[in-house]
Amino acid sequence: MRWLLLILALLLTPAAVQAVEPDEILDDPKLEQRARDLSVEIRCVVCQNESIDTSNAEIARELRILVRERLVAGDSDQQVLDYLVARYGEFVLLRPPMKPETYLLWFGPLILLLLGMAGIFLFFRRQRAEIALPPALSVEEEARLASLLGNDGRQSEGQSRE
Amino acid sequence: MVKRILFLLPVLIFAMVAGYFLWGLAPGRDPGSVPTVMIDKPTPTFDLPAVPGLNVPGLATADLGDGEVVMVNFFASWCVPCRAEHGYLTDLVARTGVPLYGINYRDKAEDAVAWLAELGNPYRRIGADAGRGAVEWGVTGVPETFIIDAAGRIRYHRRGPLVPQIIEREVEPLLRALRP
Repeated sequence: MRWLLLILALLLTPAAVQAVEPDEILDDPKLEQRARDLSVEIRCVVCQNESIDTSNAEIARELRILVRERLVAGDSDQQVLDYLVARYGEFVLLRPPMKPETYLLWFGPLILLLLGMAGIFLFFRRQRAEIALPPALSVEEEARLASLLGNDGRQSEGQSRE
Repeated sequence: MVKRILFLLPVLIFAMVAGYFLWGLAPGRDPGSVPTVMIDKPTPTFDLPAVPGLNVPGLATADLGDGEVVMVNFFASWCVPCRAEHGYLTDLVARTGVPLYGINYRDKAEDAVAWLAELGNPYRRIGADAGRGAVEWGVTGVPETFIIDAAGRIRYHRRGPLVPQIIEREVEPLLRALRP
């Protein structure tokens, strides 16, 4: 039971244990919150797809401190991001900006979804059209059908009874 | 006709996926490499002190772009590829006479001094950087090397060591073009 509780407690701890160290935290809680929110958007440039907010890399710490310095100096959030983009390129942003080069990235999934839906729609429409309109019998088929059934329905009825 | 195209679809999808795999698993590709945006930008604003105990002046923006083509190399004593490229850099300086400036990144002064005493010092100036200098240069690690033209503009940026192949193919032709 005690083990179970321990395992539960461990499982319930937030997965991303924060990397922000106490000496980095700003005194102004509002500014600190802005720094935290910004840090989530900034890629740690030496990590694989990790933000500077959760990374323990030296350079992530350097960037966290830099973000806070810029905010204290009065930069807007966008100015901080621009400062980093000027040095590390848009690679440093975890959320790619919306611009003509990234339209495919942003809208690609939607385009694929629409194409798929169009494909499904066409498939079912054609299937329904086939069910609704069975091909008419050719002249030979009509003749064969008539010979199989006999000349009138009564005779065939009699035959089936035998 | 439409049916035939439909039958080809799996083959096309396979070819696409295989193409991506081929690209993604190519031996030369490094998924961790960060593209540079520093080319053609002016030298960043920075001012780094000398490494204590080393008889070499520090490095600042003012030392670059005063009419001479120079190379700036980020290095550290704890960095193994830096040790590997050190001999090639020394050779390059001896051969071409290009001024080589160093930026000692996140290093202990005594370690840097010992490292240079052991391997020799090809650097004319060395700035000691605790981390911020690298950010100003858009540097993600060591070694990284820049070539600055006479007007103080960044013309070349390489992440990783300058191995002979790179020096021969990229660095020397550019140096020759920039230095008449």
